[in-house]
Amino acid sequence: MTKIKSLDDLRQKKQQLEQGMDIREKSDHPENLVQIKVAMATCGIASGARTVMNTLVEKMKKEKIAAVVTQTGCMGYCYAEPTVEVTKPGMDPVVFSYVDVKKAEEIVDKYILNNELLDGILPKNYQTI
Amino acid sequence: MYKMQLLVCSGTGCRASASATIVEKLNESLKAHQLTEEAQVVTTGCFGFCEKGPIVKVIPDNTFYTQVKPEDAEEIVTEHILKGRKVSRLLYEDPENKEHIIDSKHMGFYQKQMRIALRNCGVIDPENIDEYIVRDGYSALAQVVTDLTPEQAIDMVKQSGLRGRGGAGFPTGLKWEITSKFSSDQKYVVCNADEGDPGAFMDRSILEGDPNSIIEAMAICGYCIGATKGLVYIRAEYPLAIKRLEIAIGQAREYGLLGNNIFGSKFSFDMELRYGAGAFVCGEETALIASMEGKRGEPRVKPPFPAESGYMHKPTNVNNVETFANVPVIFLKGPEWYSAIGTEKSKGTKVFALAGKINNVGLIEVPMGITLREIIYEIGGGIKNGKNFKAVQTGGPSGGCLTEAHLDTPIDFDSLVAAGSMMGSGGMIVMDEDDCMVSIAKFYLEFIVEESCGKCTPCRIGNKRMLEILEKITQGKGSMEDLDHLRNLAYVIKDTSLCGLGQSSPNPVLSTLENFYDEYVAHVKDKRCFAKQCKAMAKYTINPDVCTGCTICARNCPVDAITGEKREPHFIHQEICTHCGVCYQKCKFNAINVE
Repeated sequence: MTKIKSLDDLRQKKQQLEQGMDIREKSDHPENLVQIKVAMATCGIASGARTVMNTLVEKMKKEKIAAVVTQTGCMGYCYAEPTVEVTKPGMDPVVFSYVDVKKAEEIVDKYILNNELLDGILPKNYQTI
Repeated sequence: MYKMQLLVCSGTGCRASASATIVEKLNESLKAHQLTEEAQVVTTGCFGFCEKGPIVKVIPDNTFYTQVKPEDAEEIVTEHILKGRKVSRLLYEDPENKEHIIDSKHMGFYQKQMRIALRNCGVIDPENIDEYIVRDGYSALAQVVTDLTPEQAIDMVKQSGLRGRGGAGFPTGLKWEITSKFSSDQKYVVCNADEGDPGAFMDRSILEGDPNSIIEAMAICGYCIGATKGLVYIRAEYPLAIKRLEIAIGQAREYGLLGNNIFGSKFSFDMELRYGAGAFVCGEETALIASMEGKRGEPRVKPPFPAESGYMHKPTNVNNVETFANVPVIFLKGPEWYSAIGTEKSKGTKVFALAGKINNVGLIEVPMGITLREIIYEIGGGIKNGKNFKAVQTGGPSGGCLTEAHLDTPIDFDSLVAAGSMMGSGGMIVMDEDDCMVSIAKFYLEFIVEESCGKCTPCRIGNKRMLEILEKITQGKGSMEDLDHLRNLAYVIKDTSLCGLGQSSPNPVLSTLENFYDEYVAHVKDKRCFAKQCKAMAKYTINPDVCTGCTICARNCPVDAITGEKREPHFIHQEICTHCGVCYQKCKFNAINVE
């Protein structure tokens, strides 16, 4: 193990290690971050939600956007799977349909980074209590 | 990179309920489903919600699974991790509206808490120093040894208003300053991890959940007072805490965070453990030091205080585990931030071990100044089985019982003393209508009689006499003079004992005499115990209308005091009955009455 000999060493060490821990830090204040939910029930997984989710996790890391990417159960849009719900801080959730790897990247580039909407947005037709 | 993490509590409580097997099963199951790249299992320290352990928390969605069994691991993986469906039968159920709470942020147990000393418990893996470093670990130490003089650092601790969490509440900064003023070739920092109050386990949980915070704080203290050696006095009954502390010390040494020239400065510091045999009196600092030197654990006359002449007659600073756990935060967030929390004279937070007749038994940390009502009803979830609150005992065998009248008193060091109890190390035992206060006083006195070191006659013999009187009272043989005797003895013991143990040992008796005098009188005059706990006074009778004549009572009575024909009401012969209560426990039809 390399020794930590100065405050800078400690800071560097901390930065190197941060990635493994940051989902624990983020889970403390999810409301201030972009929240992405990937529907991953049987139908979602069958249509490729797992690859979509992995793409999103990687892409957000690459773009250095603070986000919480979680999986969720069936949202009910089984005809349009894989579906992804994005909630930006202080905004209403938006649900994107037929998301593949390409579209997942578009969501990040266009909607999350630039607020541009994409084709295939599903109307939010439910209320939660 | 992991998408999800499963935090599994591996404090002593949850481990006793097989949390280590749960970790194994979770890992097996993740492997079987090829999810090891996506989800990671992390063992952490105590979450505090011991009532419902073992706990498994899934992040980032903050799902809080309670009372998880090893056989549930497979379902958690296949349902939650694979398909994103929470396993609702394992979710925490709100005791009031019976709804499943999916997010730990919405649990009443956590909403009122503020976690400073417990900041990393249940969040990081205590056996991995890297996780502590990510949570700003050791940066307070780096800041102190590279940027501050010892005087500046001591000033910050003084400004924060931190007071010793071991019981007496002595200002920590002042203690450090006094020790720093004595010059010597060698000084010592000692951490008092001899936690002895019945029911208190906050020090153990901190050491098990976040051992590095203690190492960092002890090094900071060493820098401030000019000591290069740290000693942790820990009871051998805490094997897991010892193991984790040893791992943490080893890792800190490998990183050079303990050893010579820490962070390139001129400051060197190293630590060792010293094991205690679990004697209550060794929580008193002079007895603790004697025990560390290999002598009998007996207190001695102060002065000289340990700050002047302590371990091996060298200046020694002794602080409690929880006190140390607060120290790094004071430097990270600043003394102003810290002193803004709490009441005028008691700053910061306090960890309490909630126990007794309360729904959410566990470990909580709350800002000073919170009321007992908030702790018991909002965090603790109220009294078990909908019974009535009677009293709460704080401060362990040195503390006292508080009643309904004290429920709205803001809690801090001084208000508890004013109410006839004390903060102590933070045990909080809740009692309901079924608890007999005379028996409670007797229980604590039994503990004291066992634990008195025997050095001072008033404590050794006086407490024994008090216990005998209480035994007499609970057997229905007490007189009103006995109550006066009790009070006199209590004051003599208080005034003439040498150490804190003796001086505070009569507190449970005095506070119950003060707050529940009627109950004592009922025991003495009417020979009655309201709570029906003093069996010697109970009169057991059989209600002939309810009795089915099943004979179970007669068959179980150890002295054959019950007679009756099969399928006919039975009868208890009072002259033979020894009031053991077996018939009452065995009767399936509630036909036995107790008066």
